[in-house]
Amino acid sequence: MKYIDEYRDPQLAQTLFDEIRRITTRHWTIMEICGGQTHSIIRNGIDQLLPDTIELVHGPGCPVCVTPLESIERALVIASRKEVIFTSFGDMLRVPGSSRDLFMVRSAGGDVRIVFSPLDALQIARDNPSKEVVFFAVGFETTAPANAMAVWQAAREGVENFSVLVSQVMVPPAMRAILSSPDNRVQGFLAAGHVCAVMGYAEYEPVAREFHVPIVPTGFEPVDLLAGILKTVELLEEGKADVVNRYGRVVSREGNPWAQDIISKVFEVIDRPWRGIGIIPESGLGLREEFASYNAEQRFNVTNICAQESPLCMSGSVLQGILKPDACSAFAKECTPEHPLGATMVSSEGACAAYYKYGLP
Amino acid sequence: MCLAIPGKLLELTTENGLKMGIIDVNGSKTRACLEYVPDIHVGQYTIVHAGFALKIIDEEEAGESLKLWQELIESGAFEPDEEPPALESL
Ligand code: SF4
Repeated sequence: MKYIDEYRDPQLAQTLFDEIRRITTRHWTIMEICGGQTHSIIRNGIDQLLPDTIELVHGPGCPVCVTPLESIERALVIASRKEVIFTSFGDMLRVPGSSRDLFMVRSAGGDVRIVFSPLDALQIARDNPSKEVVFFAVGFETTAPANAMAVWQAAREGVENFSVLVSQVMVPPAMRAILSSPDNRVQGFLAAGHVCAVMGYAEYEPVAREFHVPIVPTGFEPVDLLAGILKTVELLEEGKADVVNRYGRVVSREGNPWAQDIISKVFEVIDRPWRGIGIIPESGLGLREEFASYNAEQRFNVTNICAQESPLCMSGSVLQGILKPDACSAFAKECTPEHPLGATMVSSEGACAAYYKYGLP
Repeated sequence: MCLAIPGKLLELTTENGLKMGIIDVNGSKTRACLEYVPDIHVGQYTIVHAGFALKIIDEEEAGESLKLWQELIESGAFEPDEEPPALESL
């Protein structure tokens, strides 16, 4: 398949492995932000094949993992209402709240539907004018343009039986939070390619300067990841804190201006809680005042719902790259993908789930 | 949720006033909104996320980086000292 096969070329991968080994003179700790990249790295055994001196730690870039338990509880309450058709990306349905998940709400008679695009949720609203249709608008900067467009379009057409439960987060503030932590070990970052496709990589330049870390946007295929790691190691070895793009076919410095325009029209920057981490200032997006009537939290009066995390779970440290999943005492014991205790075991993109699935360490 | 694989635009359409398209992603056809790639034309490749095309894939850039890497291999600068790694997803 075009744009896939050439980036899985074993000979090319080997060349990149060799080159990484050749230029590495000391121990470096590099974080890949994106859960999709974590998954690809572990599935392809990239972390195992790198020299021992290159340590990859896994970042918070998994939307399912960082959606706070309160948001899940709110979704469950809304989805249980008789007049509601609750719509969501498929990955959110298995995420357990304190006592159940969206699948269980569906088995109990709730109308919960998986959609591929928020525009499909809007279509369900058009088709069911007597129902309230709610979309669970979660994710990073990659889903923000889609979620923003659904709200924008609903407002433009005057579709009133549509609303969104928003838990929308952004990468750069999370990087700052990680780098500011006294326990931080991260020396360089692989930036998430598709987040950068939307936002561009210019917004990482101040982070790189301020914290003196190299940041390299890259993709998801083995060759992309290895080229990204190679560039990061090169910059680390040279003592340079630059942002260098290794995903040129998809990422530009400026990003996608049309997407950014709608995001800023529909959303504003707000403080957001991250599951396992807590509130990160100015790290999320919330609906602007003009679109407040599309806010499901207010429409269904669920703002006050709180939730309690399992005290065993260390996913906050896992998400910040401080601990590897197997350092958690519950890993593969009390906590498995079938009975996840924490966010990072829930999603297939979560670091705990990836370690479990591929039998690491 | 953040994974997106490249697809090829087969057909342009309009729905509810939005620019839409049919995209071939690895042999299966999906609908995507094209409002964020207004300049796209049929036959181009794009990255689709949550039903939205986010970027037209830059053919020239893709060709450039592959050429560079190919040169790296051909220069023989790095004699592979072991078998190529088993990349499971190949
Ligand atoms: S293994 Fe389970 S309990 Fe431990 S950090 Fe990961 S998700 Fe939390």
